[in-house]
This record gives sequence, C-alpha cells and structure tokens, in this order.
Amino acid sequence: MKEKEPKMHMQHRRLSNAIAYAVLILISLIWLFPFICLVLQSFRSYTEGGGAMVNYLLPKKFSLDSYKALFGEESQFFKWYGNTLIIATFVSIFQTIFILAVSYSLSRFRFKGRELLMRFWLILGMFPGFLSMICLYFLLKQFGLTQSGAIPGLILVGFASSGMGYYVCKGYFDTIPKSLDEAARIDGANRAQIFGIMLLPLSKPIVIYTALVAFMAPWCDYIFASYIAFGYSDSYNVAVAMYRWVNTNDYQGYFTRFCAGGILIAVPITILFMCLQKYYVEGVTGGAVKG
Amino acid sequence: MEKKSSGVFAKVSAFFKAVAANLKEIGTTFTEGDWKTKVSYVIMGFGPLMRKQYLRGAAFLAIELGFIYYMVSFGAFYLKDITTLGTQGRGFNPDGTVSYGDNSFLILLYGLLSLILIALLILVWRMNISENRREEQHIKEGRPLPTVMHDIKSLLDEKFCFTLLAIPTLGIFVFIVLPIIFMICIAFTNYDANHQAPAQLFTWVGLENFKNLFSFGQAGFGGTFITILIWTLIWAFFATFLNYFMGMAVAILINKKGIKFKKLWRTILVMTIAVPQFVSLLYVSKMFAADGLVNAYLMKWGIIKTAIPFWTNATYAKILIIVLNLWVGIPYVMLVCTGLLMNIPEDLYESARIDGANPIQMFVKITLPYMLFVTGPFLLTQFTGNLNNFNVIYLLSGGGPQHMKLVGGAGYTDLLVTWLYKLTINDTNYKMAAVIGIMVFAVTAVVSLVVYGMLPSVRDEEGFQ
Repeated sequence: MKEKEPKMHMQHRRLSNAIAYAVLILISLIWLFPFICLVLQSFRSYTEGGGAMVNYLLPKKFSLDSYKALFGEESQFFKWYGNTLIIATFVSIFQTIFILAVSYSLSRFRFKGRELLMRFWLILGMFPGFLSMICLYFLLKQFGLTQSGAIPGLILVGFASSGMGYYVCKGYFDTIPKSLDEAARIDGANRAQIFGIMLLPLSKPIVIYTALVAFMAPWCDYIFASYIAFGYSDSYNVAVAMYRWVNTNDYQGYFTRFCAGGILIAVPITILFMCLQKYYVEGVTGGAVKG
Repeated sequence: MEKKSSGVFAKVSAFFKAVAANLKEIGTTFTEGDWKTKVSYVIMGFGPLMRKQYLRGAAFLAIELGFIYYMVSFGAFYLKDITTLGTQGRGFNPDGTVSYGDNSFLILLYGLLSLILIALLILVWRMNISENRREEQHIKEGRPLPTVMHDIKSLLDEKFCFTLLAIPTLGIFVFIVLPIIFMICIAFTNYDANHQAPAQLFTWVGLENFKNLFSFGQAGFGGTFITILIWTLIWAFFATFLNYFMGMAVAILINKKGIKFKKLWRTILVMTIAVPQFVSLLYVSKMFAADGLVNAYLMKWGIIKTAIPFWTNATYAKILIIVLNLWVGIPYVMLVCTGLLMNIPEDLYESARIDGANPIQMFVKITLPYMLFVTGPFLLTQFTGNLNNFNVIYLLSGGGPQHMKLVGGAGYTDLLVTWLYKLTINDTNYKMAAVIGIMVFAVTAVVSLVVYGMLPSVRDEEGFQ
C-alpha cells in the first residue's frame, strides 16, 4: 500500500531530521550541564582550592574528600538527611490519605454546602502560603513543636492543610464511572467499602502520583523549615542546612561538600522519580487538562 | 453592567429572605414544640436525649459544654480585650518584679478564635433546633426514629463524606483559615519591630498601613510596591508563556516522526523535575556569580574582559532569571504537552498537507488552537503559580540586587511574595508583610477571575461521569 516517497521529499525529511537531532543533542547538553558540573565538583580534591568554588570545570585531581567529610564524625549531614527522610515519609502518607478522603467526598457525594466549601477553599488558595507563617510558628511553639521539636512540627504543617489540593485527584475520580458504584451498592456494599475495596485499587496511578509529589516537596522546603528550626541545627532539614553552606560567609570552604551532598540527595530521589515517572506524567497531564 | 447589579441585588434579597425564613422557623419550632424541644433551646441536645437519640443528643450537649468550658476558662479573658488589644504594657511592680501585662498577640489570636467559635456555636444551635423539629415531626407521623446503630452505620454510608471530611477540614481551619484571618487583622494594626509582643503592645490603627503602601514619600512603600508589582507581573507573564511555547516546541520536536530514542530525550529533560530544586538552582546560581564558572570561561576564552555582573545588575538579573526559568519550566510543559499532542487526530494534519499547508500553517491553524483550548486551566494555574514562585527567585537571585531606592530590604528581582518573606524575617515588619499578603491575594484573585471568564473550555463538572 505504502508508496515510495519521492526522492526530493526524502532528502528534505532527512535534512529536517538531522536538524532535529542536532537541536535535541544541544538541548540535552544544556539540561545535563549543571548536573555534570555538580558531579565533577563533588569529586574534586581538597588540595585544589580547599573545597571552595573554583573557576574551572574539570578537577585536576579526583578524590573522595568531600564525601569523606560528609560521612565524617563531626558531620551532621546524615542527621539532616534522616530528618528530611522522616518528614517526607510521614507527610507523604498523611497527605495522600487526606487528599484521597477529600477527593472521594467531593467527587461522589452531593451534600449541602459542597459548592460553598469548594469555592471557599479556592479563595483560600489565593492567599500566599507564608502570609500565615508567623501565626503558624506561634501555634506550633505553643505545643513545643519548634526548634527541638521541629520535625513533628514540620510534618504537621506539611499535611494538615493538604486537603485543599484535591483538584487532580478529584478530577481522576470523576472519570471513574459512577455506574460502578451503583453496581457495588446493589451488591450490598456501603460507601466506605466502595471507597476502600473498589475505587482505591482502580486509582493506583493517582495514589502513587499524590504520594510521590508529597514525598518530593519536603526535600525543597526551605522557607518554613528554616523558620521553625531556627538556630537549632539538629532539627534542620537538608535544604536549610545546605543553603547555609552555600550562602553564608563560610561557603568558600563548603562548596564541594555542597555538591557532594547534593548528589547524595539527588540520586535516590531521581531514581525513585524515574521509576514512578509513568504515574507522574499521568497525574500532571490529567491535572493540567481538568484544571 | 445592569444585569450584574440586579444579580447582586437578587442575591442580597435572597440572603435576607433566607435569614427571615430561618428566624421564623426558630420561632414556630419554639411555640409549636413540646417541652423537650423548648428545653433544647437552652440545653442543646436535651430533646434528642429524651427521645432516645443518644448519639446526636450527646454530641450536641458535648459541643455546648465544651464551648462553655473554653469560654469560661480561656476565651472570654482574651475576647474582652479584642477592641484594644491590651492596655497594660510590660513594666515593673512596686516591689521590683516584672509585671507581664497584656500580650497583644495572644489577645488577637484567641479573641478571633473565640469569635469564630461563637459563630460556629450559633450554627450548631440552629442545627439542634431543626433536629428537634424533625424528630417531633417523625413522632407525629408515627415513623420510627433512627437508632444509635443506624446513626453509626450512616456515617460509613450515606454520610461517609462527613466522616472523611471532618479531619482534613479541621486541619485547614487551624492551619489556613485561622492564620489567614489573623494576618488580615494584623494588616490593620501597628505590629512591627517597635511593637513586638509580648514585651510591647500593639493596637488597631485602621487603614494606616494601606495609606503607607500607597504613599510615595521618602519612607513610603508606594514606589517600591509599584516597582515590585510590575516586575511580578512581567515575570509571571514571561515565565508562563515563554515556558509554554518553548515547552510545546520541544514536545513537538521529540514527537516528530522519524526521531528515535524519544524516551531518552524526555528522560534527560525530566531530570530537572526529579532533582530537588535547591540543589540544582543553588548550583546554577553560583555558576553565574561574578567569580563563577560562566564568567571565568568567558574571560578565559577572551570573549569578555571583565566579569559580567549577572546578579548585581538589575536588568541582567531579570533577564537571566527568566532564561534560567526556562531550564526549570520547559520539561514540565513538555510532559504535559506530549500526551495531548498525540490526541490530535492525525487525519487533520493529513488533509491539511494535501491542501498544501506548510508546517507553520499547520501549527497555527490546528495544533495551537487545540492546545490552547485544552490547556487553558493549566495556563491559568501556571500563571498564578508563577506570581507566587518563591523558590526560583529566592534560590537564584535571592531577590537581589538591592538598592537604596527600594524600602523594606527589597531588591529588583523580588516578587511580592519574596518581599513579604523578607519583611517578615529580616525586618519583622509584620504589619506591612500582612498588607503585601493581602495585595498578593488581590492580584491573584483579579487575574484568576478575569482569565477564568475568558477560558474557552468552560468546564462541565458532571461531563465525565
């Protein structure tokens, strides 16, 4: 069936593909460049510049100095790493539960005040998050959840108000036909059972998406974490601690250590992300279209 | 315009009608009700308890008792001072000990909480009355009242949504609603570095702070506010639409027929989403520092003589931030667009090709209208998200470069939100931070409302079900 393409056409296509490949390779280089630099710098020996920033790319001597410093005894790096991991895990679990609960309610029930509630939350979402920072800090302080208690405090702040982020998940639930619910009800299931036994297994992609997004956020949380853990370095998360490495006066000696720490953080998260990439794409695409 | 005002009028009159109807029902329930119902007006849940509706009755009673306990032990003490926010400053007693005086912060916070709880109690009280009325009607008609078991079961079935919503809603109330109301109130007080609770008092000052925001004198915030507002809007515009079109272009490029390793290209781009931003952006920010990698190589290769002041020149910094944000944003848009592009029916392109359309014409006539239609809500959320894009700005430039002309520690690449953050953290100028926060809300709300009205894809919520 397929006709042979005219010669002119084929040449044209080959040329345009060549250009496309060239552009793609260029793009890839630009996008990978910072990561390559990061890896290279993290292996630079202390003998060059003593761990400070230098103005060339390729280290003259490779070594594990920076990594050794991170694993060293007086280093708190793994304390911070553990803090962040704990926060991320708990936030991910609770936030997923909250979002699923809210999404199911708003997708499947038509109760009085539902529209009002959704509109109210939409308006609340337009206020900038850290407007409420001082007040939250104070509330947490009342319960001893700042400074030394900052880890549970950050977990609480991380998930407590997460119900408002139901849009993507509700959008997904909306696409699951309601006739399935009705069939299950005829079989004698109540709505809690429908949620747990029928809907959740059908929603695996969105559950994973929600959990993944919630898990990644605390790794970047600088603003609130720095405020709550202020001056108490045992409670820092990696973002707070490493921001100080780069942006306080002593950053000159900590630069390669920052790079090494960054690699230790980025590699596991990137691997996790790549494994679950399929679900992430499904979530963002669905969320983007349904709003 | 006329239609709108009549709509508002209709809403207002409907509201008052509803209030009147409610008041009437409260009255008739009282006059027509039996003695159990009448007692319920004072002791909530009394009627249901007497009618063996133990669960409901106990819930109402518990709420009333809890409220009374809160007010007596705690709330009333703060509520009484809410009009002044405290009059007794910190000082010394005659015997030399410190007298702590009033804490304006606590008075405002718990005073507000008390007011909200009072409003909620009125709501529950109203529910308590309709509950009594319903029960009486049921009894009159000879229908059985639901048992306790039945009530519990319904919480897992037709009322399951309330079970699910209870804790998330409480969380939102404590961690979002209460703090936001509190901070809105702060905008009308003089809470700043010179009036720090608990050592000093602060008090209501009316619209003083808003006047300050629009005053253009020496110490006024007007000039800085306008500068930052304009940059915030410019930033959000470029950050949204440049990313959008470039991201779509990359997606089309990867989707192009005959391109191999599609997955590889996508994965490389997606790396920027996976790596935590504070690692990648902080590193990139250092690359462009005066003594950073980029300047060093440009000088080594003899392209420039002196270092380019990427972060210390306002114009360079602004352009650089928008360009670097492409690095952050393109992969995300690319992901969103890839799937959608494949949804466009191939025969549309086929017939356009037969009609002799070139690729650019096809893009403008087929691809772009479809994508704009489908991704309208996405663009809107991207835009409002960029208005508040704290991370990219703060990690790249920290809002700098600062300048004497800008008050409140603001820099030329500060967005309203990063300025808000600096006012809170560095200047402890809480009152102006609160005012800026309200302004951010106003800008976001106006943009959302205007754009939402223009969206072609008016969403049909029930459409997919």
